[in-house]
Order: sequence, then structure tokens, then C-alpha cells
Amino acid sequence: MATKLKQPRWRRVPKRNYFLLGVIVFLSFFPFYWMFVVSSNTNAEISKSPPSLIPGGRFLVVAHKVMSAQGVYFSRALLNTFVVGISIALAQVVFSAIAGFAFAKLDFKGRKGLILFVVGTMMLPSQLGIIPLFMLVKNLHMIDSLFGLIVPALVTAFGVFWMRQIIDAQIPNELLEAASIDGASVPRIFFSIVLPIVRQSGFVLGLFAFLAAWNDYLWPTIVLQSPKHFTLQVALTQLKPMYGLDYGLQMGGAFLATAPLLILFLFVGKKLVTGVMDGAVKG
Amino acid sequence: MTKGERGKTSLTPWKKTRKPEAFPGVRSLNGKWGYLYVAPFIFMFVVFGLAPVLYSVYISFFHWDPLGSSNFVGLRNFNNLLHDSDFWLSIRNTFSIWGLSTFPQMFMAIGLANILRNTRLRGKSFFRTILLVPNITSVIAITIVFSQLFGRDFGIINDILSWAGLGHHIDFIEGVIPSHVQIATMITWRWIGYNTLIFLASMLAIPNELYESASVDGATKRQQFRFVTLPQLKNTITFVLIVGTIGGLQVFAEPQQLAADGGSSKQFLTLTLFLYNQAFVNNKYGYAAAIGIMITFIVLIISTVNFFISRKISNDGTR
Repeated sequence: MATKLKQPRWRRVPKRNYFLLGVIVFLSFFPFYWMFVVSSNTNAEISKSPPSLIPGGRFLVVAHKVMSAQGVYFSRALLNTFVVGISIALAQVVFSAIAGFAFAKLDFKGRKGLILFVVGTMMLPSQLGIIPLFMLVKNLHMIDSLFGLIVPALVTAFGVFWMRQIIDAQIPNELLEAASIDGASVPRIFFSIVLPIVRQSGFVLGLFAFLAAWNDYLWPTIVLQSPKHFTLQVALTQLKPMYGLDYGLQMGGAFLATAPLLILFLFVGKKLVTGVMDGAVKG
Repeated sequence: MTKGERGKTSLTPWKKTRKPEAFPGVRSLNGKWGYLYVAPFIFMFVVFGLAPVLYSVYISFFHWDPLGSSNFVGLRNFNNLLHDSDFWLSIRNTFSIWGLSTFPQMFMAIGLANILRNTRLRGKSFFRTILLVPNITSVIAITIVFSQLFGRDFGIINDILSWAGLGHHIDFIEGVIPSHVQIATMITWRWIGYNTLIFLASMLAIPNELYESASVDGATKRQQFRFVTLPQLKNTITFVLIVGTIGGLQVFAEPQQLAADGGSSKQFLTLTLFLYNQAFVNNKYGYAAAIGIMITFIVLIISTVNFFISRKISNDGTR
């Protein structure tokens, strides 16, 4: 706080910086706006030069076309994506918090070596194990099923490490010591003290896991085979070859697949920013 | 079980003061619970993380056909890979896209962070939040939008370029560098805000005293940025570069959506797209596993070089 008070060294922000930030805001939103513009106009209006830059009136027509496109189960894909995202997010938060707590606060043999090893493997690119992972998932009969997406992602090294750092930083040892002297068992301490304190950070981890699952493409395109099981990202790619150069349809699909995230972002955007910035200082 | 724990607790605070560095956690808690608590994670990690990686190494020594037979071929997959022109092409493309997306993005992100750290900036939290919006969108949706914006005949970007005086339309798919520019733009658009926040966080962590003593010494704002801010960002730059390298070697969806085979002259065939096509289109598991191992080698080499460069810089006393 003290350092914050002595900050008069900052000059007034030059006007051009506001202009620059304005450009960044514009560029950040333009692609979303453009999805809507293209999907609500006819192809002719988009193809003329210069193209129409304002939304037309066709969006609902296109949205209906996307939802009812032959062989593409778009609303089903929306549901699939929700199921996968929420399952992965919940599982990752729970497992990461439990393991992160153990790595941060419990003294057991091999703790240090184990966490170092796990962090070391985070450097490995994920495509290294992707073929055996596919073979494994196939042997477990989870190919072309949402389980094939959920089960391998139930807990990640990143999540555990992240929760370990959070628990280490946010929960003073004295608090847990006092609780254990008062007779609380380790599970009791975890559920009634640790979990409530790290609830916020756990929520942020869950959000990141949810977003990653929602946007993942490589693994779902390997695992899923029938359109009824597709997630949104895979379903989106279906809209392309089927209708040739119908930009409206593709962009309508892209908009419909992105809109839920934008709505979610309205509520959690600030939390995500904190999550990214907190992780940065520690990382 | 819990009764036994309680008995031990009275002694532990003394132990802790004696050896504070050995174990940072809570001594009075029964550590045995730790095994139980990490067990689910370790189990999943071994089965779905570690085992596939090790098995990948094993497979790479085989001519492995998932439908037919598999036989041991030693290092032949690697030898073939080194003589495969597609492999070298995909290395060229991957690095070109990586360079085009990493360095301009890093300069811009540092510049933006430097603007955003000003405490007198109005709407700070608004700008920070907006920066993260592109990061939450999916690669597929982005590819659909950008490939339309970059379209040869009706794309806005070509409209703008010809309005600015360019005589002909650029083909952002067929041209080698233009196609890399298109893919790098998608990556930059998606990640620049995220990286700005990372740089911003580490700028805010720089102690104020450094700037004060610099301004006492008569350093201008520009000199302060050059001699105080940049050296302090060294670790973050290394971090962003390493993460960017891992990400850059995983570029897959963007080129695959532009053309599944990597373009008519494979001008944007990336390493991961190459791996995917060998494994899941051509069913050459052993060969594809060898590609995965080469990608890993590249990551390790770059990370090591990066690490030593940043260490050398700090040893030279730039700090």
C-alpha cells in the first residue's frame, strides 16, 4: 500500500495512448461483430466492394439454417460441449485442490521429488503422447464417446501445480496448525478450512478448464466420429465443406458457438484477468 | 487415526523452527494422508500422461500399422524422417509462423503493458478485461472469420490494401509468406492480450525504488524503460518465449482449417498437422510417433538455449 501512495511520478496519460487502446478494443471486438454482420447479410452484400459493414436482417434465418443443417446436430453439439466442459471443470477443481493441498501442506515421503517431476513433464508438448493416448482410449471403448474427452482430462499437472501455489500462498500454516491442535482431522481441515478459502481461485481454475474444453479441437476431432457426439468445434468444421462458399452459414455457426462464451465472459471476465495476472507473478 | 495425530502435535512447532527450509508445510498434520490425497492425481497422471509418452518412444521404433502388423525397425523411422522433404518443409513453416507470431506480438504486448501500468489511466480495469476477450474464443471460429477477412477476392483486408494503393490482391492462402502472415495474425490476435496481462503483472511487481533512484540519477522515461523495466522483465520474457515455443509447435487447427493437407504446395503444413496426418489419415503410427519425439527435442533445445541466454544476460550484469 505504501508504495502505491508514492506514485505521483506518473505523468498524465497522453491522448495517443487512449487512442491506441481504443484501436485495440476495436480490433478485439471486430471479428465478433463481423461474424454477426456476415451471417445477417446476403452473400451478395458481403461480396461487393466495399462490403456492407452493418448487420442485415437475416440472422434468425441463418441461425435456423445452422440449427437444422442436414447431418449437423448443432444444438446437440452445444449440449455435448456443455457436458464435457462442466464435467472437466468440476473434476479438475476437486482433484487439483485435493492434490495441491497435499503437495503444499502435508509432509509425506517423496513429496518434493514428485512435484518436481510433475512440473518437469509440463514442458513436454502434448502431442508427444497423443497416439498411445488414442490407442488407450480405444481399448477402454471410449472412442466416439464424450467419456473419451472427459476421462483423460479429469486432472492435469497444471491444475495441481496451480492449486499448490495458491494454497501455499493463501493459507498460513499457523491456521492449519491451530485447527489440528484443536483436534480437527486432515479431511476435516481440508473440507472446512482449505476449500472455503481457495473457493475463488478454484473457480478461476474451473473457468480456465471449461474454456479450454469448450475450445479444444485436436483431441475431439481424433476421438469423435459420429456427428451426434460432436462438440461445437468439430460441428463447426462440418458447416464448411457441406455448403461450399456460404460464408453466412459458417459465420452464423461461429457466432452461435462463441456467443455463450461472450455472455459468460460478461460475468467472469474480471476474475479471469486476476487469474492470469496472479499466475504470472508466481510463474 | 486422528487420535494418534493429536498426540504428536505438541512437539512439532519446535521442530519447525529448527529446520524451516526442509518442509514448508504444516508439521502437525499427519503426512500419511498425503499419499491418499495425491493418489487419484498420480494414478491419472501415470495412466493418461506418463504412460502414453513412454509408449510413444517405444512405438517410434516400429513400423506400426494399427490395422495390420507391426514390426521392429530400429531407428529407420527417424532416418526416413530426416530424409522426408515434408518434414523439413513443416519445420520451415512452423518456425516461420512461430517467428511471425511471437516477436511482433511480444513487442506490442510489452508496449501495451507499459501503457496500461500507468496508475493515472482511466478505465484500467475495463481495458484489462477487454484484452482477454479474444483469448476465450475458439480457434475454429477465429479461423472462419479471419479466412473470410483475408479472402483473396472479397476480403476486407485486401479491400483496405487496395484502398491504400496496392495494385493487386494478395492471395493469403496460396502465397507462402502471406499464408504464414494470415495464420500468425490469428495467433497474435488471440494471444496478445493474454501476454500483455502477463507483462503487466510483472511490471507492477517491479519495486518503485528502482525508478526513483533512476530518476534521481537523471534518467529519462525512455531510459528508465530501457535500463529498469526491460531488465526486470527478463524472466517473464523467457517464460513467454518458452510457452510461445511450445504453443507455436502445436499450431494445428488454423492450417488444417485453411486446407487439411497444408495447402497446394504444403506451404502451411505445420509439424503438428504433419503428425496428425501421418497418424490419423495415413495410419503410420510409428512414423508419427517419431515426429512427436522430434518436436519434443526441438522444444527442449529451444528452452535450454533460452534459459542459458537469459542466464548469461544476468551474469553480464545488465541487471
